[in-house]
Amino acid sequence: MQQEDKKKWSLIIKPKASWFDLNLHDLWRYRDLLFMFVRRDFVSAYKQTILGPLWYLIQPLLTTIMFIVVFDKVAEIPTDGAPPALFYLSGLVIWNYFAACLNKTSVTFTANASIFGKVYFPRLIMPLSNVVSALIGFGIQLALLFVLLVYFQVFLEVPFYFNGYLALMPLLLLLVAALGLGFGIIISSLTTKYRDLALLVGFGTQLLMFATPVIYPLSFFEGKYKTFMLANPLTPIIELFRYSILGVGDFNMTYLTYSICFTLMALAIGVLIFNKIEKSFMDVI
Amino acid sequence: MAEVVIKVEGLCKKYRLGVIGTGMLSKDLNIYWAKLRGKPHPYAKIDGDPKSFEEGDFWALKDLNFEVNQGEVLGIVGSNGAGKSTLLKILSRVTTPTLGEIKLDGRMASLLEVGTGFHPELTGRENIFLNGAILGMTKQEIRSKLDEIIAFSGVEQHIDTPVKRYSSGMYVRLAFAVAAHLEPEILVVDEVLAVGDADFQKKCLGKMRDVSRNDGRTVLFVSHSLQAVKNLCDRALWLDQGRLMDMGEVTNVVNQYASNKKALQWLKEFSGPDEAIGNQWAKVKKAQIIPQLSSPDEIFDIRTPIKVVFQFWNLQDAVRLSVELAVYAYGGECIFVVPSASAVYQKGLIHSECMIPGNLLNNGSYFISLYVVKDTTTTLFEWHECLSFDLEDYRGEIQWYGKWHGAVRPKLPFVVKPIEEHGFNLKGEI
Repeated sequence: MQQEDKKKWSLIIKPKASWFDLNLHDLWRYRDLLFMFVRRDFVSAYKQTILGPLWYLIQPLLTTIMFIVVFDKVAEIPTDGAPPALFYLSGLVIWNYFAACLNKTSVTFTANASIFGKVYFPRLIMPLSNVVSALIGFGIQLALLFVLLVYFQVFLEVPFYFNGYLALMPLLLLLVAALGLGFGIIISSLTTKYRDLALLVGFGTQLLMFATPVIYPLSFFEGKYKTFMLANPLTPIIELFRYSILGVGDFNMTYLTYSICFTLMALAIGVLIFNKIEKSFMDVI
Repeated sequence: MAEVVIKVEGLCKKYRLGVIGTGMLSKDLNIYWAKLRGKPHPYAKIDGDPKSFEEGDFWALKDLNFEVNQGEVLGIVGSNGAGKSTLLKILSRVTTPTLGEIKLDGRMASLLEVGTGFHPELTGRENIFLNGAILGMTKQEIRSKLDEIIAFSGVEQHIDTPVKRYSSGMYVRLAFAVAAHLEPEILVVDEVLAVGDADFQKKCLGKMRDVSRNDGRTVLFVSHSLQAVKNLCDRALWLDQGRLMDMGEVTNVVNQYASNKKALQWLKEFSGPDEAIGNQWAKVKKAQIIPQLSSPDEIFDIRTPIKVVFQFWNLQDAVRLSVELAVYAYGGECIFVVPSASAVYQKGLIHSECMIPGNLLNNGSYFISLYVVKDTTTTLFEWHECLSFDLEDYRGEIQWYGKWHGAVRPKLPFVVKPIEEHGFNLKGEI
């Protein structure tokens, strides 16, 4: 009997794995699936409506125009000397990517219950693919931003401010994605127990935008308000992004380090909770 | 000596019933607040104990132990709620066991459904890749089998059309084609073969058999169709209320299961009015289903008339009573209700029987509910879903084996005959 138990089993299905049994090996094995999901999102977004991809342009454009009217013209909030259109749009590009990551990943369990109930694959593939698919929208909006930058350069003679920090762009993107993913999967894990949390997410992201320097620069704040704004890990990211393309922004490496630590924490907690929930949620949902 | 590839040890699965949280944070807080103040449960059911905050446990699987050898085709049988799906879900890693473990040797794939994750906007080809990847294949593997899959599905001409334009048959064929080419060492299949036309079913069954015979793969197969289990499997495992009842050679197990099932579901009997279920007006003595088979070897199928016997003690004098029989499909919809004639009865035992003719109901699972009605208007006693029975399919000369639609399948006189027409024939020449 003992002898037989020494046999090598390729898989053992056990009641409850520990918190740290992340099974990253499986995640790697299913990497093709991640790209299949991204492809599916991409193709279906394009096939369904002509407005689908166009919406990625209309939304930031209209929002930027609205911000110019309300916050620049009416409220006269400064934009650190950058052209308001570029200032708002650069903030929005980052913000929209964060919001897209958060919104999509926060419904992972509820939106995919039918697939999750029928077949096993590492559940983390799903939110990861969402984050990658959201890059499509981000790419389109980033292109729009650069078109606008060129337009300002050529017709309005606002000079380029591109500087070396532009090289940090991939890091910023990674941070935003990780932050959106981290919070998203925490929320998606909690919504398996409490559905009404999903309502809070939509509302919460709206509010969070006002705690992020999208419509006003960080330099607009002082004292405890500034501390409050800086507590938001997105703040240094947006400020740095603006600095790298517009040459304006209140930013230093301490802020960024805080941002990185915060993001890693959020992601780690998210992955742990997600990993815990994914094993039991089919019985609850 | 065949090698053991699946080893199930002390497997248990517990589900919590009742209030597992309401799914709403606001409601849960409300309950917590009520609990603190010692108030009744704010969302308790009216007929439940209003003070109760307890949650019930339900053991879907109780201490399962079994082994499966390599190359074996094991059928899993059991009535609804026996734990078959739970076992499959645990095997497929969709949910986790509460206690115990399953050890597997070899790559495992499970098919609880065909076409999981198919996206209507994608073309057939794109869906092959997506579905294949969901089922655990790598892009490389899918690419190398793509031609085979397309050929097997028989939808070559439409492979670059979005699947939303496919007929349901084409959809299923494509989905199964992907699944059939998974080539895992262990395959877990739920009742997915109930779809598709006969030719395709045959192809699928053949494929499954080939897979185990030729390549030494192990297949676990769950089906309600005992016929399919008998045809396909070498051994069978019988589950009842989460317990392993028997496991062994397929014919033995299936026959035992079938006879046990009848005994349990066809007869409910009580020895005296004291222990019988009922109320102050009526107590049940016996409810029974008796299929009218001409010989014991005959199969109980849709052609068989069924006698339903209902005996009860009437506990009132001089009351006008009638009995009602209702037949419900497994899904819960009522197929029909039949009342008896009413008459005045004195206290005592009353016998009633009703004959459900053969060739009326479609194949499937049915429940019977019985009612005692006073003055044809007031229900004195109702016994909901007291009996149940399964009707096996019978097709006779019909060669088609797809799902027969409809709640009933009556045999009605249908006249089809050629008509003599003068001065005209089909060649169109006058």
